[in-house]
Amino acid sequence: MLRPDYNRIDPKRRNVVDHRKKQFSEAAYKEQNYPYRLNFYPDPPTADITLEQFEQWAIDRLRILAELEACSFRNKSPAEVATHMKPLLDKHLPLESNSSQSSQLFAQRQKDHYSHFILRLAFASTEDLRRRFSRVETMLFRLRFNSDDLAERNAFVSSLDLDWWETVSEDEKREFASQFASMNSTRKAAAEEETWFKVDWQRVPELVEQRRVFLKGGKAFVPSREQASMVIGEFSTRLEKQLELTARALPRLDEDERLTPILDHLSKNFITPDASYLSGSATSVGGDMSARNVDSLSQHFPACMSHLHRSLRRDAHLKHYGRLQYTLFLKGIGLNLEECLIFWRQGFRNITDDTFNKEYRYNIRHSYGDVGGDSNRRGGGYSPFSCQKILTEHPPGPGEAHGCPYRHFDMDNLNTLVQALGVSDRNVLQGVREDKESQKYHMACNRVFEHLHKQELKKAKDEGIFTSAQLETIVHPNEYFKRSFLLKNLDKPKDSSDVKVEGS
Amino acid sequence: MPHSVALDPQATTSEDPAEAVMVEPTTSNGDSQDTADGDVAMEDTTEEPTAEKAPTAATHPKKDVKLEDLFADVDSDEEFPSSRPNDVPPMSSPPAILPPFPSDVIAMNASDPEIMRAFYQRLFPWRQLFQWLNHSPTPTNDFAHREFAFTLQNDAYLRYQAFPTHDLLRKDILRLMPSRFEIGPVYTTNPRDRKTLRNSSAFKPLAKELCFDIDLTDYDEIRTCCDKANICKKCWQFMTMAIKVLDVALRDDFGFKHIMWVYSGRRGVHAWVCDKSARAMPDQMRKAIAGYLEVIKGGAQSSKKVNLWRPLHPHLVRSLEILKTHFQEDVLEAQDPWANPERAERLLQLLPDKLLNEALRKKWDSAPGRSSTSKWADIDTVAKSGVSKKLDATALKEAKQDIVLEYTYPRLDIEVSKKLNHLLKSPFVVHPGTGRVCVPIDTRALDEFDPTDVPTVQSLLAEIDAWKGEDGVGVEGVEGQKSVQDWEKTSLKPYVELFRSFVVGLMKDERDVKVKRKHEESIQF
Repeated sequence: MLRPDYNRIDPKRRNVVDHRKKQFSEAAYKEQNYPYRLNFYPDPPTADITLEQFEQWAIDRLRILAELEACSFRNKSPAEVATHMKPLLDKHLPLESNSSQSSQLFAQRQKDHYSHFILRLAFASTEDLRRRFSRVETMLFRLRFNSDDLAERNAFVSSLDLDWWETVSEDEKREFASQFASMNSTRKAAAEEETWFKVDWQRVPELVEQRRVFLKGGKAFVPSREQASMVIGEFSTRLEKQLELTARALPRLDEDERLTPILDHLSKNFITPDASYLSGSATSVGGDMSARNVDSLSQHFPACMSHLHRSLRRDAHLKHYGRLQYTLFLKGIGLNLEECLIFWRQGFRNITDDTFNKEYRYNIRHSYGDVGGDSNRRGGGYSPFSCQKILTEHPPGPGEAHGCPYRHFDMDNLNTLVQALGVSDRNVLQGVREDKESQKYHMACNRVFEHLHKQELKKAKDEGIFTSAQLETIVHPNEYFKRSFLLKNLDKPKDSSDVKVEGS
Repeated sequence: MPHSVALDPQATTSEDPAEAVMVEPTTSNGDSQDTADGDVAMEDTTEEPTAEKAPTAATHPKKDVKLEDLFADVDSDEEFPSSRPNDVPPMSSPPAILPPFPSDVIAMNASDPEIMRAFYQRLFPWRQLFQWLNHSPTPTNDFAHREFAFTLQNDAYLRYQAFPTHDLLRKDILRLMPSRFEIGPVYTTNPRDRKTLRNSSAFKPLAKELCFDIDLTDYDEIRTCCDKANICKKCWQFMTMAIKVLDVALRDDFGFKHIMWVYSGRRGVHAWVCDKSARAMPDQMRKAIAGYLEVIKGGAQSSKKVNLWRPLHPHLVRSLEILKTHFQEDVLEAQDPWANPERAERLLQLLPDKLLNEALRKKWDSAPGRSSTSKWADIDTVAKSGVSKKLDATALKEAKQDIVLEYTYPRLDIEVSKKLNHLLKSPFVVHPGTGRVCVPIDTRALDEFDPTDVPTVQSLLAEIDAWKGEDGVGVEGVEGQKSVQDWEKTSLKPYVELFRSFVVGLMKDERDVKVKRKHEESIQF
């Protein structure tokens, strides 16, 4: 908008003047009217809300997001997530469709819109938070997208005006008919009716990765049923970009110290099972954590670490990711660097000192933050891997022993391993099998844990030694160790203060 | 092989190379020997002052010799080999005096500093390497901001090296005489200046070729002829199949054009996809391609390594078509993978029907020594004879397809491809263990490529001498003839020429893009 000439003399100055003036003038922004239930959140909110609303809305949304993240850690299927989330969403963040004719439509959508932007502010500060935020926001969007009314969803998608896909012509359809047919898993007849989109393959990396599109010369042919994933992909790319911009703008946030404490508080409270295991708490379990004790301590190890330990003892060697996963776990249970180096030196009994020093020593020290770049040393190395990380990153390749046995073993080998851990109960084995088949690897691991510590758990529960937090699902190998160690040492006299310390 | 990840760009490396000699847990030679596993990742680099290391180096007798040579070298290291005086940039003065050649080159160790110097000085195709990474004849940031990492003779690992031109790269290499060097990504700024940036997150990798690494050690469970670091013509066929499958997928499916396959010097191959669009890909895209191409999954503990959706994706249908004959000839006949009963048991494990397995086991037990080809054929004949009423023909067919894939489909070291900031050994580097040069492979004559025919650095140096004798003409190329470069006198020639034509093709495409863009801009205004 053009302003009168008086402030055009000095462009830099003009902005300042303008800005000051604007602060007290009426906002001249477009009113938000929310025609659709779904929102890509392109424009920030502009209306006034109270401080209480600011905080309450953010907390409500945060509750939803935290629950969604927890669902993903527990490997729930999309359908289970939907049923699990429905009551929570209705309570904290309801969002009804146009057809519902609800009088609350505007209020609901406004709350959705505002809370999203408040959390953007809260979670833009570090890359880690940004990644988590965009991940869970995308999950929420996906959930809503899938539950949306079909007509409204289509209207929403066309309103997005995404210009990067084109419909596949009849000629191309004929040319690639056989390939299209082989992309279609179920209905042969429907293959011809299905519409296909042609996009640059880089637009749909997830679909490419899972081989769910047909590729030709850098173009991906996407069946219409995968359209959702394109829209969702677009949502998360845009959100990531926006968060990046928010992060850059944050330092210049002109704020009067009412919002910052709230935002800080919000981001700190985004604590979930994924929260990295605090290495400080590891030593609290007491006991003698030294290289020569690892063998006896290994009875408290979860299957993944137990398998690494066995492989190491059998082969006198572990491959890189095995070493990394195991070293960090040992660090987490309280083995210090010197002991850890001794442990590995003794473990690799077939190699010379020279080879060990040259090829392995550095990496172990690096894991402990003893060497490496500034940030690594300051941060004390990496934190021990959570189940989430072990389950999803770096699946083991040929000859590698890391990963999660419940996920990466086949059934027979898993059975052997679980039995070696001391489980012989048929029901438990059957339960593990079912958990594995339904991809609930945590469940399987917790099932084994509960079976192995049945008596101690009962006792702990009866005597009220464990808080409820200590009886929740285990989602970190070090938590498994800690609980197992504490439970097995219940009888031994020790400082009560030690037992009470919690992981997070 | 030790692929190095630069996870931590703030890693501290001193600028002064004398101090920056770092002790890294890298394997002692290129394609890591048997004891080292395939994946020593360098999480990052740190300064580890040489203090502890220095005494050993100083007391080492060899070190002294090397130091003298270094001085001798300073005088001549700006020169190209004398045989190409016409090409020498203006700064050149009289033709260089080449260091005397030991007569027993062949008997010497490939990583001997003498050998390495002669190789880098006379044979390494610096100009082509420069143009390949620079994408243009005039120096650009594509080259200047590119990371090089040296593995020095004492196994120290020197990261974040960068050079404005190939002359300076060559000079530094001759000074430090690394046993090999690796190529990393192009960064936002000169990697040497990364410490001076106010904001350390401003130092980021921007672009790198999309790389693939396939290693025969990953085939140990299915090859019978060799294991560990050893290879022969028979198991090399696995590499041939891998290249065929991946090359066509990268070209047809993803539309890449500039793909170079390089022999890794011992027991594997590297692929460098150099298209501009490939170089600029972020990690997410690399991961997508890696996932698309990866079929063999699972560690030692998962018995079935191929799990695929049906119907098969077009890429897999095409791959099966390519691999079919290889499976017959190079696996069943050449490898005979199920010759003994234990190995045959592995085959039975992968078949779906218990009764069928019983019948097959009985049949094979009664005829010991039955070849894998016959055993493979037995599956169908026994199945047809109706031993199992409930036999699911589709399941059997699919299981057989999975087996073919498990025994032939490329086994990728996938981490190399996923990360933008992964370092990979440069082409034409000498493998310190075998002495073989990492030469590009001509995919048009892929079946003829024999890794045991690849020239070693010792034989190449001997060839230079031999050539001189044969021709009778001096190295100088007198009488105004076009001078002959040293590599042209050796069996390295076809490989350098292959590389050159690859680079020319790449540069042409890059130039076209630039010209086009300029053209478009001029229309706009």
